[in-house]
Amino acid sequence: MFIDPHAHMISRTTDDYEAMAAAGIVALIEPAFWIGQPRTYVGTYVDYLSSIVGWERFRAGQFGIRHYCTIGLNSKEANNQELAEGVMDWLPRFALKDGVVAIGEIGYDEQTPLEDKYFRAQLELAKELGLPVMIHTPHRDKKRGTTRSMDVCEEHGLDPASVVVDHNNEETVAEVLQRGFWAGFSIYPSTKMGNARMVEILKRYGSQRIIVDSACDWGISDPLGVPKTAQLALESGVPTADIHRACYANALAAYGQSGQMKEDDWLNPPAIDQRTLYADNSILRGGREARVDLTPRRRGLLID
Amino acid sequence: MPTPVELLRSWVLNQAGDAATWARQQLDALARGAPRRDLYIFLGLAPRRLGKADLILSEADCAAAEAARSGWRVTGWSIDGAARVLALLVHGDNQTFAERFKDLRRTADAGELVALYRGLPLYPDPGSLAFEAGEGLRSNMRAVFEAVAHDSPYPREQFDEHRWNHMVLKALFVGSRLSPIQGLDQRANPELARILREYAHERWAAGRPVPPELWRCVGPFATDELAMADLRRALGGSLPEARAAALALSASPAPAARALLAARPELAAINAGHLTWETFEKAA
Repeated sequence: MFIDPHAHMISRTTDDYEAMAAAGIVALIEPAFWIGQPRTYVGTYVDYLSSIVGWERFRAGQFGIRHYCTIGLNSKEANNQELAEGVMDWLPRFALKDGVVAIGEIGYDEQTPLEDKYFRAQLELAKELGLPVMIHTPHRDKKRGTTRSMDVCEEHGLDPASVVVDHNNEETVAEVLQRGFWAGFSIYPSTKMGNARMVEILKRYGSQRIIVDSACDWGISDPLGVPKTAQLALESGVPTADIHRACYANALAAYGQSGQMKEDDWLNPPAIDQRTLYADNSILRGGREARVDLTPRRRGLLID
Repeated sequence: MPTPVELLRSWVLNQAGDAATWARQQLDALARGAPRRDLYIFLGLAPRRLGKADLILSEADCAAAEAARSGWRVTGWSIDGAARVLALLVHGDNQTFAERFKDLRRTADAGELVALYRGLPLYPDPGSLAFEAGEGLRSNMRAVFEAVAHDSPYPREQFDEHRWNHMVLKALFVGSRLSPIQGLDQRANPELARILREYAHERWAAGRPVPPELWRCVGPFATDELAMADLRRALGGSLPEARAAALALSASPAPAARALLAARPELAAINAGHLTWETFEKAA
C-alpha cells in the first residue's frame, strides 16, 4: 500500500487513476495550487477549491482511491493582491471541509513581500483551526527559501512536527530534518527529484520524517512516482520498513494530525461512503496484486 | 405534534454523545442570530464533532417524521447531515433562504451537498429553490442526484413536467433506482413514456441491457402497436424484464395489452397481488 501525499489530480486522467490504483496507491493528497496559469478572478479560485473538496474527491473514489486535499493560497498567485485578498476571505470556509488535511501548499516562489504577507496570514489560520501545514519550497534560490520558510514557521510558533516542508533535494534535506520538520520529496522529472537520487537519500538519511510524493500535475510528470520509487528502493536493497515509512506511514502520521485521514478510511470504509462516494479498492479486496504497470494502457482495440 | 426542527434537534442531541453540549450551544447561538461565519464553522465542524453515523431511528420516529411533513423519509440520514439541515433551518439573518442555500451550495463538499439537498422538503418557500434543486439533479455525483430525487416529496410537488421527466431518465442513465422516487406512478405522463421507450431503443441498439423499471412509467401510456412491440420484446427478455413488462401491460388500457398478457404465466401472480412493483423491487 502506498500514499501519494502530493498529487494534482484535477489535471490527470482516468488512466492515471487506474494505474495508481493498480500500483497500490490507496490514498492521495491534492494540495491547492495554481493550475499552470494564474487565475484572474476570485470566483474561479473559489470554484477550484470547491472542485478539490468535492468533485475530485468523488472521482478518485470511483477508482478505489481515497482523496484528501489541502486548502491554501499558493505563493505565485499571492502576488496578485486583489485576488489574494479575495481568496483569503474564502479560505476559512474551505479549511474545515471533509478530507482537508492541511493548509497548503503555501510558502515562497520569488520570495516577494506579498508572498511573505499571505504565507504568514495562512500560518495563523492553520494555528487557529488546528491544521497541519504543507510548505511549497521555491524552485529558485531554493536553499535560502527553504530556510526562510522554516524560520517564519518558528517565528509564528508552529510546531515543526505539524509542518511538512516539500520539494526537498540533497541541498536542503539535512537542515529540514535537523530542525524537526517533515521532509517531503517530489519525484518529478527534470525540475525536482529523480527516484534514483531519492534512493540514495533513503540510504543516507533513513526514513525518519521523510515523505515521498509525485507532485504530478499538468506538466510532464509521473503519477506513479511513489510506487516506482518504492520498487527501485526495494531493488536497491533499502529495508522494506524504510520504504513503508517513506512511501506510506510518514504521510499518514503527518497529515493524520488533522483528524481527517485514518487508515480505516481505506481498510474499513464506512458503509455510508461505500453507498455513495467510494468504491472499494480492488487491491484491498485481494482482487489483484499491486503492480507498477510500465506498459501503455488502453492496449485493447475494442471500446465498449 | 413535533415540527421537523424539533424532531431533528432531539435526534441529533440524543445521538451526539459527548458533543451534545457543544451542539446545543451552537444551535442555540445560531437560532439567536449568530454571525454567518459561525454558521460556516458549525457546518464544517458538524462531522468532525458529531461523526457521520446514520441516525438511529425507531418506527415511531419515522412515523413522527411523516406526521410532521408528509413524504419526509429519514432513513439513511446521517447525524452530521441532520445537524447541518437543522442549523440551516434555525439560523436566520437578512438573507433569504434561497440566497443562503445558494451561498452554501457553491462551496459545499459532497457530504454537505447530500445534506443540503436531503433537506429540500423542509425548507421555507420551496418554490424559490427550483433552480437550486435543478443544480442538484445536474450533479455528476450520484449520491447528490439521489439526495434530490429519492425519498423526497419535493420533486413530485415542485418539478414541472420537463424537469420531472429528465430526472426519471437521468436516474436510469446513472444506474440509479426509480422506486424511491415519490409520485412515480401519479406523475407518469405520455411524454415521459415516449422518452423512455426511445431510451430503451438506444440501449437495445447498443447491445446494452434495458433497466426493467423503465417499463413502469411506460405501461399506462402503452396504447399503440409500436409500444406493444416494445413490451413484447421486453417480455421475451430476462426474468426481471418479463415481470416488468407484464406489470406494465397490466397498467395499459389497450385491449392488445390484455391479449398479450393473457398468454403469460405472470398474469396469475399479478391478479393474486403477488407480483406488484413493490414485490418486483424487493426481488431485484
